[in-house]
Amino acid sequence: MSGGHSTYTPKTGLGRWMDARLPLPRLIYDSFVAYPVPRNLNYAYTFGGILTLMLAVQILTGVVLAMHYAANTEIAFASVEKIMRDVNSGWLLRYMHANGASFFFIAVYVHIFRGLYYGSYKAPRELLWILGCIIYLLMMATAFMGYVLPWGQMSFWGATVITGFFTAIPLVGDWIQQLLLGGFAVDNPTLNRFFSLHYLLPFMIAGVVVLHIWALHVTGQTNPTGIEVKHKTDTVAFTPYATVKDAFAMVVFLLVFAYFIFYIPNYLGHPDNYTEANPLQTPPHIVPEWYFLPFYAILRAITFNIGPIDSKLGGVLAMFGSIAVLFVVPWLDTSKVRSAVYRPWYKVFFWLFVADAIFLGWLGSNPAEGIYVAMAQAATAYYFAFFLIIMPLLGFFETPRRLPNSITEAVLEKKGTAAEVRTVES
Amino acid sequence: MSDIDSTQMPEHTRRDFLYVATGAAGAVGAAAALWPFIDQMRPDASTRALASIQVDVSGVEPGMSLTVKWRGQPVFIRNRTEAEIEAARQVPLSELKDPVARNANLNADAPATDLSRSAGEGRENWLVMIGICTHLGCVPLGQQGDFGGWFCPCHGSHYDTAGRIRKGPAPENMAIPTFEFISDTVIQIG
Repeated sequence: MSGGHSTYTPKTGLGRWMDARLPLPRLIYDSFVAYPVPRNLNYAYTFGGILTLMLAVQILTGVVLAMHYAANTEIAFASVEKIMRDVNSGWLLRYMHANGASFFFIAVYVHIFRGLYYGSYKAPRELLWILGCIIYLLMMATAFMGYVLPWGQMSFWGATVITGFFTAIPLVGDWIQQLLLGGFAVDNPTLNRFFSLHYLLPFMIAGVVVLHIWALHVTGQTNPTGIEVKHKTDTVAFTPYATVKDAFAMVVFLLVFAYFIFYIPNYLGHPDNYTEANPLQTPPHIVPEWYFLPFYAILRAITFNIGPIDSKLGGVLAMFGSIAVLFVVPWLDTSKVRSAVYRPWYKVFFWLFVADAIFLGWLGSNPAEGIYVAMAQAATAYYFAFFLIIMPLLGFFETPRRLPNSITEAVLEKKGTAAEVRTVES
Repeated sequence: MSDIDSTQMPEHTRRDFLYVATGAAGAVGAAAALWPFIDQMRPDASTRALASIQVDVSGVEPGMSLTVKWRGQPVFIRNRTEAEIEAARQVPLSELKDPVARNANLNADAPATDLSRSAGEGRENWLVMIGICTHLGCVPLGQQGDFGGWFCPCHGSHYDTAGRIRKGPAPENMAIPTFEFISDTVIQIG
């Protein structure tokens, strides 16, 4: 995967035998031991490793939960309660899986924002970024279908609303919706196919993750300065440096994860999902899981017709558009400077965007009435303006700060300033 | 072999034709083989089988509603009060977001007057409709919202006392299924 010169030399006879036949140890050595990483990576860069760990956690807990779960509308809800009450350690496994989804998304959001801040999507890493966007889409599909499986009220109505998106498509919308549902409403065929796909998609994610890491190891990692590695002194070996840093970050992340599992396991869930699905009664206030709330707010912000597009189709297009726009970010950003560290204005707009995304999430959890609608429209406008107006224009108007000549120079400059400060203080 | 000059070959050979024909046959075959995998996802025979139900509405007094399940979907049957009918009649068609009746018992382009939304002449008090918001499929709550009809809690669509969309993101009036009064007190839906 390292895309070049290998420094692996098998030490044992068995190692040499293996290397001549299937050089898997060489691949692992070159990718995760000798692989050079920029020496200035900060903790924002540890979330790739954390995400890999969370994918493993989700697959492991998911496979064992599937041994006890029954995908049938008659008994699905009861089988989940059985997991909680009767299955040995079932409560722990289910809480790990349910909270694991949330923590998977926390990590992926930090990972995406880190990429946006440090300009990780810029040439030559466009495909790396797009593969990441594909993983994110697959994660959303997986999480949505997983949330339907407990067959609670939010499961049912969430599935109804989300598959309802497709009815907005002119002409073929109803046909597509029935194709997805296997009926005229969410019912047993829907639950069955969602279970099947919920089991399949994580393995597809794992496949795209391999491509994502492959692409990463071809171009090499970016770093907070955004300057490419130029010299051997700019890098350190993956092991022990990145390995230990990643491991430490994982431990801290898992500590917070464990706190949620053991002390507030239902904090991120919704109490309505402990009521069994009822097709004749919609809960008073439907909300998706927290990680979809910003997109839900965008969906509901379009309450007006835009030319021939009615408000329903408009909302659905805006929602899908808010994710689709991520795919073209490498070509929307016109700045020659990669990292926000050296872009005074981009930095301001970036943090505004972070605040805007969180604000949209908050709006998504509130009812779509009165002042909330106007606020959601303003926040949606900024969301799209950030990508479609600010990113392309800023490259022409912004004067970036002076870039250091190399990563090493940037690191030493920082250390030099720190040394000076110490001298002044003493 | 290498002394055969490719420029001396005719432009389109028999072999080229065979390549294209084989490729085309393969593509058609692959598409045909793929179809059952998509087709199996569509509603199956048991779901498609058109069930019709009969509902006794003799106990539904004016101002009362009944929700029945038909094809997995809720159907609202409401015996409307005089005030509700009057309120719906007062609305000019030009004020409606969706001016079409959406009544499966009438022509597709019938205007959304109160009469064509109801069960017809002499039965104006009866409103029978699929209780699903035309936005994203939630079940609206009865006798709520700005127009005293139905209100969808999911995304804030307001329907009036004739089940017509008046405010919010839903594009259409709530659909009226095929139904008829087979006696004075029994409705057959479907």
